[in-house]
Amino acid sequence: MSTFVTLLVIGLSEGAILALAALGFVLIFKATGVINFAQGEFLLIGAYSFYTAFVIMQLPIVLALLVGVLVAVIVGVVVERFILRPMVGQSHISIIMVTIGLASVLSAIVQMFYGTQPRAMPPILPRGSVSILGGSVPVNRLWAIVICAVVLGLLTWFFQKSRHGVAMRAVADDQQAAMTVGISVRRVFALSWALAAISALIAGVTLADVTAVEMNIVNFGLLVFPVVIMGGLDSVPGTIVGGLTIGLVSQFVSGYMDPGLAEIVPYIVLVLVLLVRPYGVFGEKRIERV
Amino acid sequence: MPPGQPLLQVSDLTLKFGGVTALADVNMSVESGRIHAIIGPNGAGKSSLLNCISGLYKPTSGSVVLRYVADDVGRGRGSAAPAEGSPAPAEADSLDIRERALTSLPPNRVARLGVARSFQNIELFEHLTVLENMMLGRHIHMNQNVFTSMLWFGPARRQEIAHREIVEEVIDLLKLQAFRQKPVGTLAYGIQKRVELGRALALQPSLLLLDEPMAGMNAEEKEDMARYILDVHELAGVSIVLIEHDMNVVMDISNRVTVLDFGRVIGDGTPREVMDNPRVIEAYLGAGAAA
Repeated sequence: MSTFVTLLVIGLSEGAILALAALGFVLIFKATGVINFAQGEFLLIGAYSFYTAFVIMQLPIVLALLVGVLVAVIVGVVVERFILRPMVGQSHISIIMVTIGLASVLSAIVQMFYGTQPRAMPPILPRGSVSILGGSVPVNRLWAIVICAVVLGLLTWFFQKSRHGVAMRAVADDQQAAMTVGISVRRVFALSWALAAISALIAGVTLADVTAVEMNIVNFGLLVFPVVIMGGLDSVPGTIVGGLTIGLVSQFVSGYMDPGLAEIVPYIVLVLVLLVRPYGVFGEKRIERV
Repeated sequence: MPPGQPLLQVSDLTLKFGGVTALADVNMSVESGRIHAIIGPNGAGKSSLLNCISGLYKPTSGSVVLRYVADDVGRGRGSAAPAEGSPAPAEADSLDIRERALTSLPPNRVARLGVARSFQNIELFEHLTVLENMMLGRHIHMNQNVFTSMLWFGPARRQEIAHREIVEEVIDLLKLQAFRQKPVGTLAYGIQKRVELGRALALQPSLLLLDEPMAGMNAEEKEDMARYILDVHELAGVSIVLIEHDMNVVMDISNRVTVLDFGRVIGDGTPREVMDNPRVIEAYLGAGAAA
């Protein structure tokens, strides 16, 4: 029982961070139709830009976060404007290749400046542990869950209710019609990349705090693929459920079976989902009529 | 803008796709307060003409100039209703009428100048509800700031309510009350056509472009739609350019007709004049029929 509670909380926290990272991916895919293989690198950039502001430049935490947001927005908008906009109208495969290239460039830039050694960052979230139902639970994991839940809630609300969120969904549905009601599709594209980068920043910083500031963040970022495939690529609730499921499954496998197996179990889930429900658990069944 | 004033001037408009000439030296002038029909056989270039006006196509040469009242276009600055104390619209000569070439503008900017449209094959946001579709029609009138729109309380909320009232009027006018919260994709074809008209109306346009609003409808539905279009025209005082195949409908509701064939204007005038034009009869019924 005690192991179960510990694994549950750690799994939920990893899952919540994962859901947040994956939501950025989903935002981009929904609004612009781009499959962004560089989402993991966005986490990396987020974590390192915060680390630079907070540890190297010694800024207060709020300012450091603002710097992080600023960097995220700039990176998001620049990538959209100069890398993906010229690709409009190109085939999906070409666009995927471009984002894979982008991923290599972004992680290389981080390595160039910071090397490959993990960096120590003073804890932001409170440390220590509490005992819940006999299980020892790290407090920072609980905080990570709370932070991710709040940000996920805000983003979901933004997407469902706010005017710009509705405009983003409108662009996702029908770009031509969106233009003719006066929505600037370019602005919506820029907005979705910026929001994706911000959600990656928050996920990256939270992850760096509960683990470390290191290149491994990219590997964690790769887990967004099992999550979004499970969620059906364009469903916000599906992404949240998918994130939590993948987080929990890999923690339980790691705790009860084998940590090595836990590394690959998300991808086993990915393959299973593709075999049984290729459009994802929450995804809309796409029927192509010829 | 008072009725009878020139509203839209299409001059020498030519549109080529590679070697295909979709439009050749098209001239057309639309007066405000009128229902102006564009007719012609399939492939005559009617939709291409509409697409050039709304900015979706960039013509190869020629121009499309829109005249608009500057005060009407307080769009995007958050004024749903005329500001208090603003002078009542007076005679035409006191209005600040401006001209703008539409051919260099992207579609979203054309929409901001007060030109709304519907499509031949319905282009709605099918995953969104009827209400959301229509509220998107208010997009150009709302505050542009992303950050203030995130704050639901306060100004953003008041703005939302003011816009909702306008949308509710449109919903009443088109009798869409029962469908407010339904995702558009689940609705019947005829209803979707109405929602698309409603979304265009929600922009409170000065010019409404309708691309075959009655396509695929039976006689009864067509009659209903014609009624709605006439209501919209009278109540909202909006000028309308519409493409329609059904000659009876065109004769019934339009004040002026432009006829296209193979991208050229072959007739222009009142419905009666156009009906009697031998070139039009020939285009519709084939050579020899006119004799």
